[in-house]
Amino acid sequence: MGMNETLQQDLIKDLLVESHEGLDRFDRELLTLEQGRGGGDTMNTIFRVIHTLKGTAGCLGLANIEKTAHCGENLLSLLREAKIHTTPEMITTLLALSDALRGMLRTLEATGTDGKADHSVLLARLEELQKIPAAPEKSAASANAAFGLFADEDASTSVAPAAVADPAPASAAFGIYAEETTSTPTTPPIPLPATTTNPATPEPVATAEVSTKPSVADNAIRVDVGQLDKVMNLVGELVLARNQIVANTTNFDQAALLTAAQRLNIITTELQESVMKTRMQPIGNVWAKFPRVVRDVSHELGKKVRLIMAGQSTELDRTIIEAIKDPLTHIVRNSIDHGIESPEKRRGAGKSEEGLLSLRAYHEGGQVNIEIMDDGGGINLERVKAKAVSQNLITAEQSARLSEREAMNLIFLPGLSTAEKISNVSGRGVGMDVVKTNIEKIGGSIDLQTQAGQGTTLKIKIPLTLAIIPALIVTSGGDRYAIPQVSLLELVRLEGEQARKGIEQLYGSPVYRLRGRLLPLAYLNQQFNVSSPKGKTDADAQDEVVNIIVLQADGRPFGLVVDEINDTEEIVVKPLGKQLKGISSFAGATIMGDGKVALILDVVGFAQHANVVSETRDRAMLEDKTRNQDNADLRQTLLLFSVGSDHRMAIPLDMAARLEEFAPSLIEHTGAQEVVQYRGQILPLIRVADYVAGQASLGSTESETLQVVVYSEKGRSVGLIVGRINDIVNEAVTVRRRTNAKGLLGSIVVQNKVTDLLDVPGLIRTADPSFYEPAA
Amino acid sequence: MSTSKQFCTFYVDGLFFGVEVLRVQEVIRFQDMTRVPLASNVVTGLINLRGQIVTAIDLRRRLALRERAPDKLPMNVVVRTDDGAVSLLVDEIGDVLEVDERTYERPPETLTGVARQLVRGVYKLKGQLLLIIDTEQTVDLHEKNGAAHSKVA
Repeated sequence: MGMNETLQQDLIKDLLVESHEGLDRFDRELLTLEQGRGGGDTMNTIFRVIHTLKGTAGCLGLANIEKTAHCGENLLSLLREAKIHTTPEMITTLLALSDALRGMLRTLEATGTDGKADHSVLLARLEELQKIPAAPEKSAASANAAFGLFADEDASTSVAPAAVADPAPASAAFGIYAEETTSTPTTPPIPLPATTTNPATPEPVATAEVSTKPSVADNAIRVDVGQLDKVMNLVGELVLARNQIVANTTNFDQAALLTAAQRLNIITTELQESVMKTRMQPIGNVWAKFPRVVRDVSHELGKKVRLIMAGQSTELDRTIIEAIKDPLTHIVRNSIDHGIESPEKRRGAGKSEEGLLSLRAYHEGGQVNIEIMDDGGGINLERVKAKAVSQNLITAEQSARLSEREAMNLIFLPGLSTAEKISNVSGRGVGMDVVKTNIEKIGGSIDLQTQAGQGTTLKIKIPLTLAIIPALIVTSGGDRYAIPQVSLLELVRLEGEQARKGIEQLYGSPVYRLRGRLLPLAYLNQQFNVSSPKGKTDADAQDEVVNIIVLQADGRPFGLVVDEINDTEEIVVKPLGKQLKGISSFAGATIMGDGKVALILDVVGFAQHANVVSETRDRAMLEDKTRNQDNADLRQTLLLFSVGSDHRMAIPLDMAARLEEFAPSLIEHTGAQEVVQYRGQILPLIRVADYVAGQASLGSTESETLQVVVYSEKGRSVGLIVGRINDIVNEAVTVRRRTNAKGLLGSIVVQNKVTDLLDVPGLIRTADPSFYEPAA
Repeated sequence: MSTSKQFCTFYVDGLFFGVEVLRVQEVIRFQDMTRVPLASNVVTGLINLRGQIVTAIDLRRRLALRERAPDKLPMNVVVRTDDGAVSLLVDEIGDVLEVDERTYERPPETLTGVARQLVRGVYKLKGQLLLIIDTEQTVDLHEKNGAAHSKVA
């Protein structure tokens, strides 16, 4: 008895794996057929899938599956014999059939039986379709209104009632929307006029719980037998090498041991590569379901979309394939929903009615790039900004200052949805932020480019594998730590004088000036409370060397000071026990060449622990925004000049209308005001030195020519007398210290020197309160 | 139906402890460890057990006993838990004992503190008491309070 049960279970397992694969193939081939690209084999493949499923289900006593498959088979055999021809409606029904079968398979996996789901509506439909001869649709005319896929195609686009009435209940439960479990108001199924009174009952009970754990089909993997043979061979060699080493360690044969060690090295590397390869799967495995997704979604929305896929054979580790499945599906749906316009709109814009969605994958620099491109309307950045403001994600003021790129990144903020109408497809707040988080979780990054009217391109970069990563090995406090190479920006080594003076304190927090920008520092040994043998605090030591590892966490750089930088190595990531899971500074551990364990730093977690980046992602994002904003501000061209005794100052160059030189003798006075005649006008002069705190006018009016920066605003001009014009720079200057000093906006570092930013409007207002008043 | 159970026994700060033998994966000598900064002080470090990374927990600290003399090297009792292998650092290894279930008693009410959570019961052996510790509770460092009841394995 027990024997039989296990046998039955094994057979069911086989059936599940095979049938899921088969049904995917079924969908794919069906779509090929619909597009008119199918060859002679296409129909055979389609038929065979259902035929096999029917047969196996029959053997295992799964009556419901058998019955349903049988009904489909009848229709398919007529199609195969070309007694009837396919119609879009028929394709839809057949896709509904595969959904129904999938649903029953899922029930089978969860409960061990194929359930009692009533598919009578579907079966009736399948039978009805068999009756229709080559000339389609006459008796089913009334039903057609409900079934007809293209019924609403000419209607306005934002109306998206799923007119696919018969499969609607089934696909709502099993279809592509399965993961979006939110209880959204799905379009109520349109009552069927022609068919039975039985309102097709879906099987939500079982499926709901199944969806959380991976199904058998997801856990199984198909490996090339040749690949397995290779792994087996290598393992054999590994055993031999081990024997050799074990034998030679006892009699200390140096030469033989060395040979064995070398062999071991080679075998291990090959073995590692081979095993990795067995885990590699073509990205096409994920993409395979996209033609179906595209068809369903575009039909539902009344859009026409052509899907192009390139690079399906690009291989990725299985775990990563799993991880990108959902984000990719979401992006594809988004592209159709938000990106590609309705046929009418496209026609109006002079594009072809059929939108283009292209998926491309390729290897680049040890990473896999995936591009999802559509030729739709692009993202309306103004609308994104307005939405972000209305949802209080940013302030109106922030919004006004955002660059195009930053505005685009708003899309990745949690809670932002630009869908004006919430459709079935997207716009439920489960948005791009989740996509971004998921991609980043596996060490990837996502980048968005959009052009109004032209389309949107999303570029995703992901690592090939997660199990083995390149890492930088460092030592601190006598212990080694591994730092994943992905977060590494650069290494800085300070010696001698630099080591002693290079690191400055800012209210007790150490910083280093990296190319003019302040880099917050964290000492690994201090953060971890581990003592360093060298005694880092002893800054007077002559041979002091400071190793700074510049890392990136949440898009922000910080410097990690360690005792020693050892080497880069490929490390195998191993998980930590649950006793240590709470420590966010570590991502795992690895075993080093000498057999000792080294901890792997979680750069983001560490940065938060060390307070070098802010605690929450949202805050980091907002600060990132403002920081970027500052960057953008400061990257504008600056006019550098000095005032008085070498007081370095700067103003944005665009504030200076012209630069002039005047002989001091040209200065005249109106009342107490110094003026010059300039271009037929009277130009009032302001000696900057008189207004800036701490600077007394030197009054050297006789000897030198006066350097004047002419500032104009609304037809009025004023001349600012400065000491000397120094330079015009356009470099990335970052540090900004607010100041209360009169006439200054703050301090920045330009060309490694502290420079005050002059508050020009403030200065003018002080000198001439009426300057900004509208001309009388 | 005289039921008896086998326990792997060891000494920690003079006390005699036992863990069900089926829960013990192996007993190994002291190993070089990698300390884990920021971790609870109960965690002594990580050891490499044939490629598997195992957390070592100092039972003296876990049971709030006195610190081990620095010159004494502990032993590793590697136990199987729901979350993989964990090593318990003990002073000295005893024998595997087969004890009579009839000598079992629940810990007295006077037992308080962390011992109350971790000691599941006591076997009254000849001349000494064998304290049975709950390994799942012992390796769970997050639920330090509120778990006055002991889980019966």
